[in-house]
Order: sequence, then C-alpha cells, then structure tokens
Amino acid sequence: MRITQGTFSYLPELTDEEIALQVAYVLDQGWPCSIEFTDDPHPRNSYWEMWGLPMFDLKDPAGVLLEVNECRKAYPGHYIRLNAYDARYGRQTTALSFIVQRPAEEPGFRLERTEASDRRVQYTTHPYALDRPQGDRYAR
Amino acid sequence: MSGGRWSAGVIPYAEMGYWRPDYQPKDSDILAAFRITPQPGVPPEEAGAAVAGESSTATWTVVWTDRLTSYENYQAKCYRVEPVPGQEGQFIAYIAYDLDLFEEGSIANLTSSIIGNVFGFKALKALRLEDMRIPTHYVKTFQGPAHGIVMEREYLGKFGRPLLGATVKPKLGLSARNYGRVVYEALRGGLDFTKDDENINSQPFMRWRDRFLYCMEGVNRAQAATGEIKGHYLNVTAATMEDMYERAEFAKELGSVIVMIDLTIGYTAIQSMAKWARRNGVILHLHRAGHSTYTRQKNHGVSFRVIAKWMRLAGVDHIHAGTVVGKLEGDPHSVAGFYDTLRLDRIEADPVKGLYFDQEWASLPGTMPVASGGIHAGQMHQLLDLLGEDVILQFGGGTIGHPMGIAAGAAANRVALEAMIKARNEGRDFAQEGPDILRAAAKHSRELDVALSTWGDITFNYESTDTPDVVDTPVSL
Repeated sequence: MRITQGTFSYLPELTDEEIALQVAYVLDQGWPCSIEFTDDPHPRNSYWEMWGLPMFDLKDPAGVLLEVNECRKAYPGHYIRLNAYDARYGRQTTALSFIVQRPAEEPGFRLERTEASDRRVQYTTHPYALDRPQGDRYAR
Repeated sequence: MSGGRWSAGVIPYAEMGYWRPDYQPKDSDILAAFRITPQPGVPPEEAGAAVAGESSTATWTVVWTDRLTSYENYQAKCYRVEPVPGQEGQFIAYIAYDLDLFEEGSIANLTSSIIGNVFGFKALKALRLEDMRIPTHYVKTFQGPAHGIVMEREYLGKFGRPLLGATVKPKLGLSARNYGRVVYEALRGGLDFTKDDENINSQPFMRWRDRFLYCMEGVNRAQAATGEIKGHYLNVTAATMEDMYERAEFAKELGSVIVMIDLTIGYTAIQSMAKWARRNGVILHLHRAGHSTYTRQKNHGVSFRVIAKWMRLAGVDHIHAGTVVGKLEGDPHSVAGFYDTLRLDRIEADPVKGLYFDQEWASLPGTMPVASGGIHAGQMHQLLDLLGEDVILQFGGGTIGHPMGIAAGAAANRVALEAMIKARNEGRDFAQEGPDILRAAAKHSRELDVALSTWGDITFNYESTDTPDVVDTPVSL
C-alpha cells in the first residue's frame, strides 16, 4: 500500500529539483520550513520526531534541501515530511506538508473491529509496523 | 395637541424619526443595507424610513406609549438612501439599529427583528436585505464555528490544498449497505469526505441508524487503506431536536469526525447543534437546503452574503457557498464576496463583490466554504483560481459517474488537485495553463485521463440572476 498523507502523495515522488521549487514557494510566502520523521505513520500520530527546530531563518531552498538529505541519510527507512508554517495572526498553523521520503515497503494498517451490542463496532487502525520495536520497523 | 409627532392618527414614518440623514452610525450599531422598490408615489426616503420603523419600534399609527420609553434610542434610523445604478425604481436604504434592540447570541432574535415583519409591507413592491454590518460588540456574543478552518485542518492533518468530497448518488433509494459501498470506494480512492445529501434523513428505503453503521464501516476501511483521516457527513437532520441529538450522539459514538445538518432545521436548531458540535469535538457541516427560495432574486429576499454571516455567527464549520463554474447559480464576483465573508477575519466593503460594509470578525473562526454541484476534474484550474485553497470541492457525479468506477473517479480528482497545487506553487500560470497541466498529470494517471475525456468539455454557461450592480473591469478572471 501507499500512505497518502500530505499533499502530493497522489503524484509520482517529487525529485529534489521539484522539492526545491516547493520550498522556494513557501519561503517566498514567508513560511519557515521544518522537517519531521517517523516510523509510526498512524493517521492520528500528530507528533512526528523533529529534525531539529523549524528553520525560521533559513531563506535558501538549497539549505532546506541539504537538511532533507541529511535526515534521509540518518533515517533511510523512515517516513520524512517537509512542513511549512504560517505564523500570521489568525492562521498560526501548518500551511503545507508533504512526504519527501517513504520506506521501500509500506505494510499499511490493520483495521481492528471490536463488536459491541446492536451491531455497533468500535474501530482501531493499527499500523503493522508498530508490531516491531521503534527504530526497527522498516527495512532500510 | 394638534399636529406634530404625537397627534393620534397616521403620519409618515420619515416624520416620526425613522429618517435621519444627519445620523452618524455608532461603532456598536448593527447596520443593514436594504434594496427597496417603493410603490409608485412613495418617496424612497419614506420607504426607507418605513423599513426602519417596521423593523424596530413602529406600528402603522402613532401610539402614546412610545412616550414611556427613551424611544430615540430604540428607533432604527434610515440614514442614507441611494439609487441603484442601472435599476430604475430601486434604491439602497442604509439603516442603523442600536445594539440594545437585540438579544445576545441569538440569530432567531436578530432575524425576527431585521426580517421579521417588513417583507410583506404594502408600501413596497419588493425588498431585499443585501448586507449587514455586525459590530464586534455583537459578534462576541456568539460562539461562532464549532471548530473553524484552522482547527479542522489540524484535526484532519490536511494542509495546503482544498479538501475533496462527494455526495453519494443516487441521492434517494440506495439501501444502507449499498450506500456504504459508495462511501468506501470514494474515500479509499482519494477523497477526504463523502456526504449525505440534504434529503437523506431516515426514509423507508434506508433508516438513519443503518446508514450510520455502514457508512462508518466504509470510513474506517478507507482510513486503514490510505493512512489518512476520512469522514462522511452523517446528516442528522430530523423532525425534532431530540431526534437530532440522538442521531448526533450515535455518530459520535461510532467515531465519526463530522455530522451534518440542513438549513431547513431553523436558526435555533443550528445554534444548538453548533454548541453540541463544539462540546463533542465533531465538525458541523451545513447544507443550505432551501436558500434559493429567498436568496436568488435580486429585488426581493435576503442575499446569501447575509445568510453566510448569520451562519458563521451561528457556528457551522462548513457551508455550501457556490462554485461559479458548476450547475448552480453563482456570479463570480458575488461568490467571491460570500467566500471572503466566510473565511477572512477582516473584510472591507467592496461594491464589486456586493459587500456593502466593512466587517470585523474579531477572531471568530472561519467557516469552510463548500463548492458543490456539477463540477469535475477538468475544471480544477478554474476552481483553484476562483475559490482558493480553504474550500471543499465536492464532485458527486464527477466521482461516482467515472467509467472506471468510484475509486477511480476519486483518484482522478485528487491527482488533478495535487497536480494543480504543485504547478501553482512552482509559479506557473495555472489558470491559463490548466488544461496542459491536467493533460500532463493524466500521463501518469489513467483515472484522470479517462475523467478528462469523459467530462473535459462540460460547462454550464447561463447568465446569473444574482449579480452585484456595480461591476468594474476585473483585473483577472
């Protein structure tokens, strides 16, 4: 399967040049970039690990791309996403987020059903990767 | 007493203090712009004063009991009347209402005052409420959207692109089990939301509880298949508030992120559901069922921009607000005015967009506009250009009618959307190059390729009836 979180998951993987164009756009809007990685892609896992602090003062797409590649080297089997943050009053939230690396194999999720009375079902989404310990969940 | 303001009998409203051309509206006044069409022989100032009078303290004759009140305070004041350019016999009357006339946080009270009594008034041939300025003093007495645009995006984990939805079709007749199939297919294919239609409530062919169970099976399956948060707008519209609460509670219990109501349930019920939605962490979608009966005709009724304001105050997270390019009424300038009204925190008067007043929302969350009705993937560049990013694009027929199936239809829309966002961010002139961008994206998506060859040329070009009267030359459209 292919996890389709983030904008651009329905397009072919972005090349580094294409990522740089997106970074140029968000920096032009005044939105700092940040990089996050995880091996727990549950859709409600809001807090991926931070690859350092948001790059508030980095204005050069090449610099952001350098950090993306450093993160890829350190975590070759993880999901990595690139975020842009809009700190404007009234917004103060993520402005764009897209995946820039995914594991070679994405095992996806198991849907667990707990059957209750009156045909009600309680659902739990379980990432198969979570059956293995953190840091050892995806092939590199 | 003989003659003068307090003589028994009938005297013109304008002479009773409702026409006050010298009046300077206060920051805390509620302002209204009415389009009035007076009967022959009725001066526009008198017609405007009559509207002010009948929507505040006046009745048809002089009453001595006014003198027991500080009536100047409670009288609405028509302070300006202007002819409408190009529309003979029509005038815009500006009326100011003191804040004291209204109960805090009550759309029912606000509307009973402003539109309660005046629309059948014989001295007028027609009357339309064009716009209102809600002062922040009054805005702050309302809850506003249960969650709002920012919270909804954080809740769903979806940023930087419009959201995608589809209404399950056919809207009537599917069994609950078949209905849930459409939900599953559309969501796993790439949509963020699916939706009950306005008239799907609890009919003999599909009762609400069965629909909720099957839809949530579809939602959860699709969530596991994609790793994304998915939702189906479960319509909880019902005959009584008790029924609606019961259905909404059940939706929440099943883990639905969103429920839906129709405009037909009434303003008070909408406010009740908005409070329920905030209390329970469930997004609230509003379908504007029935609005065209009073929003569409330009000379009589209530403009949708006013309904949009009321619904943002009332507290809905989503509201249908037009597509421009789809099958339903929607002049581009007017629709831009509706979208601004719903999304921005501060809006400046702009006659081109039909906005008569500045409006400050004082951090009241934004309501996400929904574009639905006869739109398809081939229009993606126009939709993004006209409607922007904070919008839900709903492709019902444009998803379910795809020749390769529902999931393929959903994927086609998602590919088209993401390709257009990518191109826009890359600095391309996507509005002009849209068709090329879509064709290029279709090279790696057979779903999009088939969608474009099925619907690529479908347009709905009819003249709009509800257009602003002041239209200058747009810079780009």
